[in-house]
Amino acid sequence: MTNQTRLTHLLRWLALSALLFWLLLPLIPLLIWSFAFRWPFPLLLPESWSLRAWQIAFSARSGMLAALWNSLVIAVAVTLVSMLVSIPAGRAMGMHRFRGKRVVEFLLLAPTIVPPLAVVLGIHVLFIRYGLADTRLGVMLVHLSPIMPYAVLVMAGVFANYNPEYEEQARSLGAGPLRTFWYVTLPAIFPGMMVAGLFAFLISWSQYITTLLIGGGFIKTLPILLFAVAGANDTALTAAISIIFVIPALLLLLLTARYLTGEDAAAGGFGRV
Amino acid sequence: MPRPVALDGCEFDMTQVVLTDLTKKYLGATAPAVDRLNLECESGRLHALLGPSGCGKTTTMKMIAGLLKPNSGDIAFDGASVLHTPAERRGAVMVFQNYLLFPYMSVGENVGFGLKMRGVDKQTIRRRVAEMLELVRLPGIEARRPKQLSGGQQQRVALARALIVQPKVLLLDEPLSNLDAHLRDEMRELIRTIQQQMNITTIFVTHDQEEAVVLADRIALMFDGVLHQVDAPQRFYDGPVSARVARFFGGANFLPGQMHNGQFESRLGCFAVGQGAVLNGPALLTIRPEAIQLCAAESGSQQKNHLPGRIISRLYTGANTRVKVQVNEFTLTVIADPHAVDAARTGDMVTLYLAPERLWTLPIESP
Ligand SMILES: Nc1ncnc2c1ncn2[C@@H]1O[C@H](COP(=O)(O)OP(=O)(O)OP(=O)(O)O)[C@@H](O)[C@H]1O
Ligand SMILES: [Mg+2]
Repeated sequence: MTNQTRLTHLLRWLALSALLFWLLLPLIPLLIWSFAFRWPFPLLLPESWSLRAWQIAFSARSGMLAALWNSLVIAVAVTLVSMLVSIPAGRAMGMHRFRGKRVVEFLLLAPTIVPPLAVVLGIHVLFIRYGLADTRLGVMLVHLSPIMPYAVLVMAGVFANYNPEYEEQARSLGAGPLRTFWYVTLPAIFPGMMVAGLFAFLISWSQYITTLLIGGGFIKTLPILLFAVAGANDTALTAAISIIFVIPALLLLLLTARYLTGEDAAAGGFGRV
Repeated sequence: MPRPVALDGCEFDMTQVVLTDLTKKYLGATAPAVDRLNLECESGRLHALLGPSGCGKTTTMKMIAGLLKPNSGDIAFDGASVLHTPAERRGAVMVFQNYLLFPYMSVGENVGFGLKMRGVDKQTIRRRVAEMLELVRLPGIEARRPKQLSGGQQQRVALARALIVQPKVLLLDEPLSNLDAHLRDEMRELIRTIQQQMNITTIFVTHDQEEAVVLADRIALMFDGVLHQVDAPQRFYDGPVSARVARFFGGANFLPGQMHNGQFESRLGCFAVGQGAVLNGPALLTIRPEAIQLCAAESGSQQKNHLPGRIISRLYTGANTRVKVQVNEFTLTVIADPHAVDAARTGDMVTLYLAPERLWTLPIESP
């Protein structure tokens, strides 16, 4: 390793550690709260500790595990669907010029401008008619509405930087369309897909209003549970569930961090080669 | 007739390529990029597709490779149309101008890609990759990454990657244009050697007439999507079909006049000419700059095919000297041996000799 690369590695580690610290810092009071038994006002630390909150959180009674499962299933499914749509859509947006492209761009961005509540109220009426209200499928569909703009825009950025002649080269060397996608297109857009996927997952993971309205209280995800618990005035339990809520998102962020910065950055495509 | 040619245990079918009325018009374009192109490429030969930038060379290559669908016309390999054969099964492999090595694969994986797609076992692939890298004179670099190679090395790896699948037709798009002069000579020689060794039908694109002349058995010259002349390289110098073709090959002097009884009559007098394209009537005399001999003024400008003139400028280019000579209202460009015109100064009177066998007449082009 040369001095140069050693230095960049060091800098990247420093940056990553700083980021982690920043993200974890707010978790420390939560962690303390979740183990606190009695914590009268002027004290800096609780007077006595207990595992009570965590025991309740993991008991069947709290419904936390079911909600975690619900949130995971919905977020993963929504992420996969958004990827399936945003790859071809991003390709069209990023690589081709076509009639009405501006209109499509505007329609895509519209959900980020219109207040989500207005959108969801409108969708709710429709979903009741189609029997999608109060169902998990309905919740998944409504999560796609705030996700798609970001997913498509990220993929459009990737494809704007992408040279389709690599695909032609692969075809010419004997790869059919499927294998061309697998061996040539996919590796090139993979970092971008990771970023778009991360966005999709995190947006779905943190949905509250949309889940509440479309799910009608029947579809209990972690945010729904969290709000319910927070209303019940049990600070320790609220803190424990908050931590459980944050951890998967943090893990995902760590796993995909390399695609957000440095050499594997999402914008790479084939453009930088 | 396809005939297998043996080379280190691999066999090549020699394939003849015929393009018939091939036309491609891009969506929204006003004029076709390639317009009713008719071309026959003999099997086992090296053909150049020559023309200025934007004349439709890459478009033609992509159509042959199956990467672009023509609007009309036909492409046949050995007499059978391949129009409906998809690119991956056509056997015409294209090497792109900018190499396009897959960046996340090693050099070895890049070269072996085509065989992997054909389901060849790993052992064989490894052996053939080594052979091919040897062939392009880059032995043992399988483990490297494309990023770690120079432009010339990348170009050779791209060539190896194409050759490994034993293509029926090898299509090289501007294989030399991204290389510096020194590497270009080396690569040029490599392409020529490999092509002759393997007898592989090859079409290469270039916008450089000199490169086409040095490399190709036959040259197809295109302007604005239209094929103008297909011939052996020499013919573009002694028998261009139009002033435009002649100009593209460095022709500089054109004299309008009349052909009459095998003589060319013009404002500068009467010239004996060799066998030209025009027998009688209006014609354009083309005189290549290197076909004019500069003589001292006193050496009889009254003789047949001799002209008196005055030097108006000279430019020393190293290997030769370009001299502009004023003859009446015409300016003729002469390429001369620097030593022969050492003493000549701007303003000097000289006599020009135009050898009849090096004169060529063209029909006057209707503007
Ligand atoms: N995808 C495309 N869409 C529309 N027009 C195109 C497209 N590709 C090429 N053209 C046009 O078609 C014509 C021929 O292009 P082509 O790339 O075949 O030229 P070329 O001879 O290879 O030029 P160069 O020497 O610059 O590579 C050009 O006028 C070009 O602008
Ligand atoms: Mg081109």
